[in-house]
Amino acid sequence: MPSTLRVTDARETQQAVAELLDGGRTAEIVGRASRRSYGRPLQTDALLDVSALDGITVYEPAELVLSARPGSPLSLIRTTLAEQRQHLAFEPPDFGRLWGQAPGCGTLGGCLSLGAGGPRRPSAGAPRDHFLGVKGVNGFAQAFAAGGRVVKNVTGFDLPKLLAGSLGTLAVMTEVTVKVMPAPPCTKTLLLHGLDDAQAVALMSDALSSPAAVSGAAHFPAALAGGLPGLQGASAAVTALRLEGLERSVNARLEHLRQRLAPAGSDGTALGDDASRQLWTDVADVAAFAGPSERPVWRLSIRASAAVELIRTVQESLECRYFFDWGGALLWMELPPEALAHQGLVREVCMRVGGTDAHATLVRANESVRANTSPLPPLVGPLAALTERIKAQFDPQRLFNRGRMYPGL
Amino acid sequence: MRMPVADPGLVSRRAEFLGALRKLVPGEGVIGTPEELAAYECDGLTAYRQPPLAVVLPADTAQVAAVLVYCHSQGLKVVPRGSGTSLSGGALPLADAIVLGLGKLNRVLEIDYANRCVIAQPGVTNLAITQAVAERGFYYAPDPSSQVACSIGGNVAENSGGVHCLKYGMTTNNVLGVEMVLIDGSIVRLGGRVYDAPGYDLLGIVTGSEGLLGVVTEVTVRILPRPEHQQALLIGFPSIEAAGSCVAQIIGNGLIPAGVEMMDRLAIQAAEAFVHAGYPLDVEALLIVEFDGPRAEIEEHVRIVESLAAHCGADHLRVSASERERLQFWAGRKAAFPAVGRISPDYYCMDGTIPRHCLPQVLRRINQMSQAYGLAVANVFHAGDGNLHPLILYDASHADELEKAERFGAEILTLCVEVGGVLTGEHGVGVEKRDLMEVQFQPPDLEQQQRLKCAFDADGLLNPGKVFPHLCRCAELGRVHVHAGALRFPDLPRF
Repeated sequence: MPSTLRVTDARETQQAVAELLDGGRTAEIVGRASRRSYGRPLQTDALLDVSALDGITVYEPAELVLSARPGSPLSLIRTTLAEQRQHLAFEPPDFGRLWGQAPGCGTLGGCLSLGAGGPRRPSAGAPRDHFLGVKGVNGFAQAFAAGGRVVKNVTGFDLPKLLAGSLGTLAVMTEVTVKVMPAPPCTKTLLLHGLDDAQAVALMSDALSSPAAVSGAAHFPAALAGGLPGLQGASAAVTALRLEGLERSVNARLEHLRQRLAPAGSDGTALGDDASRQLWTDVADVAAFAGPSERPVWRLSIRASAAVELIRTVQESLECRYFFDWGGALLWMELPPEALAHQGLVREVCMRVGGTDAHATLVRANESVRANTSPLPPLVGPLAALTERIKAQFDPQRLFNRGRMYPGL
Repeated sequence: MRMPVADPGLVSRRAEFLGALRKLVPGEGVIGTPEELAAYECDGLTAYRQPPLAVVLPADTAQVAAVLVYCHSQGLKVVPRGSGTSLSGGALPLADAIVLGLGKLNRVLEIDYANRCVIAQPGVTNLAITQAVAERGFYYAPDPSSQVACSIGGNVAENSGGVHCLKYGMTTNNVLGVEMVLIDGSIVRLGGRVYDAPGYDLLGIVTGSEGLLGVVTEVTVRILPRPEHQQALLIGFPSIEAAGSCVAQIIGNGLIPAGVEMMDRLAIQAAEAFVHAGYPLDVEALLIVEFDGPRAEIEEHVRIVESLAAHCGADHLRVSASERERLQFWAGRKAAFPAVGRISPDYYCMDGTIPRHCLPQVLRRINQMSQAYGLAVANVFHAGDGNLHPLILYDASHADELEKAERFGAEILTLCVEVGGVLTGEHGVGVEKRDLMEVQFQPPDLEQQQRLKCAFDADGLLNPGKVFPHLCRCAELGRVHVHAGALRFPDLPRF
């Protein structure tokens, strides 16, 4: 069993890292342990428990900024923001249900470290776009700060962006500052029924190209649509378009969209506030594939224009359940169980059909599958070398989360 | 402004370098005569000038790579340059460096409406991207005031903003991918047309890196559908406090306008005298609040702002009734810099960001400084996001005034940091704010940033003398030893 180092403030964190450094011991950085199923499984000498490094330190609603220690539960952040009618616009996904765990357990630091954006990604960005400032301890056991506490800042290198999505491999964060935004008072969803994939992607592209400010565009084929709590009873495919803002504006845009999309052959129905929020939480959290399950789940970031051809190609070889988010630019697939989660096929098709910039991440698989595959898209050539050099400039002894992203890194 | 001392060994090999570079970039791609070099001796920060060793203007990525391979092998420094509109001296040459100009890479390569993005070479101007997609009802959101001239490659280097970034973000939030050449000539692609990229977010770190990490040779940006409608309010207040409080209430009420601009009395007067925008002259502060989106939404937002403005004591309010009137509201603001140029022989534009609620306090202190220095200040302010642009009026023909204006500016930026803000909101650090970096950052903070630089450019050949107040020694920085935050290298050259 690895030993556990518990830290409660920045000074203790620095001491803990100094101890690791002195002893040449590796550590897994753990908050509330809600995201340990992501990436490669770890075997470290120690656990660095940062769950007590919590609490909101500064919240200035009118400045649109919030600073907190990274172990702060996301539920606390959400509740605090909601009291001021604000929210995290990047809509952090919670993969708890996908992994067959209890949902709602993650921390702010965890969601920044994982770096995934929710359905609002195309319009409002990912955690990286809202991560303004950070304090942390690097693998030299040096405390450092980067970024700032204001929403507009270009002073020095934008290190918070580098830490977002780095899965804790560069530094132990001790305080983070994020941009917060007014929460939309009204949310409605236009549902269009019975479209095939090609029709749906074309329609979502048209909707996202309209001035209606669509903040979510997802498509569920018939096999999946009926199983979602928000879409109970759906017997045909469902294409969902979200509109948010003041109620009058939402209604006006809903009407605009209906007229614009009418020639596509479906009049559509509208979901109100509560049902909309439920539906988009389900989309963000990939509730359609709720676990526990041995069936691997892949997340493919692709060009929307390649979405239809890509899923068709996969279906030629494999039985699969899938849905699209981001207007087709994000594809979630659940495949039959297999020792290597079909990674060869998935990555080959992703690259050949999806384009050189497309990539696939294995988000759900058991530990042995994750140990024997590359859950995260492998890097090659100068980019891999550069990544190694960057790691070495933050954590040369590879103390933090060694191997979580890539073997040895 | 002290720059790294030129290496006489490199300067003396100028003819050799020119010959070799001409082989790599044939035709008129290498500039070496003093007359022609003079055109490159400064950028938008004209107070500092230095002709480079040579200017190289490659025509494609392969030539950029070949030039960097050569420079890397010879230890020759490289100052990348887009359109040369930097206000912080980001493209200021060095006597022993070449300037690598990307102006010939000026084509829009592809418009991809299906994925709502544009692929452009770095020398394409910001505005040209919007123009390229306007016919289909799209635009590129970041709109720095130099958008007619500034290049998209330069926008990536500086993470440029504009008046609409509160709602639409800066360059970093609108770039999807770049092709970039590293100092050793290797070509990497970061991101693409998809919304995220595997591995570390290198695109995020390269955006705003001021030419210190690599040379961008292609840029992919997302484009947005033009909003259905735009409308602006012009609101005058009897005090800066009242205007500031109105902005806080607008945002506190959950509205995110497309733009919120504030001008103080001197800026209003100068702008009105210049372009006759119809600004009221009996107010202390003027706000332009613009909304975009569906008409139904704008109408409601305008009503809310009208009521908040009245509550905050506004004594003047107009809502644009036509597109012509909306543009007229903006005409004064957009002409504010040249307008100030008409009332003073020279002006020095600052660019700090502050927490918005500190505005009255900061402007009071700036006025006190103004009196102490004997130099007038006009303030324009991206009020929505707290980005302050004080324009210090001075006369360069008076021996000590430039130096005085710079000290005044440094004092303003130090104040921005003191109240919880930062040195630069959108103009970049460059050489201008380089020596103030230690006001905002502690030595370990700067060390970590410089370590990142070492991962990209261990020999420090890309744009040396910018951003960091000390040159860094990568070998020493890479060594592991716990220390108590003492200044690591007291013997390092400062400039």
